[in-house]
Amino acid sequence: MIRVYVSSVIQAPATAVWSRIRDFNGLPVWHPLIAESRIENSWPSDRIGCIRQFRTRDGGTIRERLLALSDYDYTCTYEILESPMGVSDYVATLKLTPVTDGDRCFAEWSAEFGCAPGREEELADTIGRGVFQAGFDALKRARLHDGSGG
Amino acid sequence: MLQRVVRSTVIERPVEEVWEVLRDFNRHDQWHGLVSRSTIESGLRASQVGCVRAFTLRDGGFVREQLLGLDDRNFRSTYCIVEATLPLERYVATVTLKPVTDRRHTFWHWSSTFGCPRGEELALCKVVGDEVYEAGFADLRRYLSRSRALARGAVGDRGAAVSGAQGEGSSAEPAVQAVALEGYGDARQLQPQTRRLQRLGPREVRVRQTAVGVNFIDIYLRRGWIPELLAPGAVPGMEAAGELVALGSEVTGLQEGDRVAYMGPVPGAYASGRNVPRDWLVQLPPSVEEEMAAALLLKGITADYLLHDLGRVRPGARWLVHAAAGGVGSILCQWGTRLGARIVGTVSSQEKARLARNWGCEHVIVTGEYRFAESLRYHFPEGAEVIVDGLGAAAAGENFQALADCGHWISLGQASGGLEPLAPDLLVRKSASFSRPVAFAYVATRQALQMRAQRLWSALEAGSFQRPSIERFALAQAAEAHLRLESRASSGSIVLLP
Repeated sequence: MIRVYVSSVIQAPATAVWSRIRDFNGLPVWHPLIAESRIENSWPSDRIGCIRQFRTRDGGTIRERLLALSDYDYTCTYEILESPMGVSDYVATLKLTPVTDGDRCFAEWSAEFGCAPGREEELADTIGRGVFQAGFDALKRARLHDGSGG
Repeated sequence: MLQRVVRSTVIERPVEEVWEVLRDFNRHDQWHGLVSRSTIESGLRASQVGCVRAFTLRDGGFVREQLLGLDDRNFRSTYCIVEATLPLERYVATVTLKPVTDRRHTFWHWSSTFGCPRGEELALCKVVGDEVYEAGFADLRRYLSRSRALARGAVGDRGAAVSGAQGEGSSAEPAVQAVALEGYGDARQLQPQTRRLQRLGPREVRVRQTAVGVNFIDIYLRRGWIPELLAPGAVPGMEAAGELVALGSEVTGLQEGDRVAYMGPVPGAYASGRNVPRDWLVQLPPSVEEEMAAALLLKGITADYLLHDLGRVRPGARWLVHAAAGGVGSILCQWGTRLGARIVGTVSSQEKARLARNWGCEHVIVTGEYRFAESLRYHFPEGAEVIVDGLGAAAAGENFQALADCGHWISLGQASGGLEPLAPDLLVRKSASFSRPVAFAYVATRQALQMRAQRLWSALEAGSFQRPSIERFALAQAAEAHLRLESRASSGSIVLLP
């Protein structure tokens, strides 16, 4: 198994960042890689077990299932069902923690997965830098305030 | 119910560097300002789960804590309190570090759960969260920046402050002993602790305090009667005296080593040192010792504005002074008599009546139940022209009865409880005036303070009033000092000695 871990400090309260990222169907709003998203079978996006279908900006399709969501812990865990990346048993968690000595939060995004031998480094970089860090960078640029989310 | 405290911060250093310090269960005496000594009991290693460390705290308290878990992979340490001077029950705390991967910084999460006696929840959560965890964050930053400066060969604290990468800067600011208010309530809320001074502002001076005055306003603040002036966690005290040890960059006319006293509208004097605005200061003449200044400044300046400004004392004026043997009362009676006033005093005991007569009262009323109007009217058939009232609610009716037509009722304090709102129509019946003065308004400018202080020292020098007797308590015994003042058994002034 390969483990990827990326973390950052975002200069906005955890509640404000969370209101942006808790929507399992909301990645196109804030993540630069994702062009479109929909939830299969018209489930609400916070129903555990719901499946989102992405179209990425480079035309790929990804299907991911929501495994856990906690508004109390600001945590979202999901698995990949189908993707063009060539990963197996991929489970990822996105988590926020308030930093109590300022209006900011600590953001973590981690994943574990398997892949074909020799591709570990390339995939860790694609996912860690290309997906997770790119998402954090976009959130940092978004200048979220006071839970205004949009 | 279990309390939960969580504090977190970001330290601008790599997680490995921060963890190296925090994983060490026996190192807090090197970096945490509260801990003066740390030892591991029974010869165990600090990395051995189950070991017990014993802390001696700078405030004289102690804590014994047991290591429950140590995890170098997840940068996590869990421990519990075995025994402590603070009433924390079933206290279990976890320190967790996480790398901030895009900056090579560290996220530090410190949390605990504990039980505590009913009513002390808020105060204890604040102590744990602010004084242990948050103070620890600041202390560790300073420690790391000092260690780095030393590693680079920089010398002394100044080098560390300049080279500190966090911009925290204040690595060299000294720690002082202080007494802070844990929560509003009785004298037990006053707890000794160690605090670090802020960096000195350009118009501030730093005073090494050798004597701190205790006043009734300190008790009102402790009880939470004026919450906007003193919040739980803050340090009470309105006046102190001592020696200047540092001057802000814009301060002129003073030198390090000068003997000074101050009174200021912002509490914080219950400490061994303090930064104060230059405009609060008066220099002490050689004849006034620091203890005497702390005992006299606020009380004497109160007597000064009561006599000269608010009460406009003149020969033959009829005054009623309550608590005539107390801190303000004893100065007021002597000085007022010297200026020609005729003074009737009230006191709570025969012993104090003897003192009040000594201080010049021509008649003294001994009353435990706030009954004095009839006796006052017997002595002054036309009533008192000026009443100096520290009694408050329970004596309001009697005061009004005792007041002469066109008289002036000055409410200085409310020892028996807050006054009810006063109807203007009530005053009409006697064409009376009512005042609620605050001493600090009478020394709001440097000139006013200097003028009043000068008048006070001159009056002392001239023997207009005797040097007050001083009851001394160690700073850490501030709670006992409050009990003594509240008991009304004391006469003269109470001073804390840091």
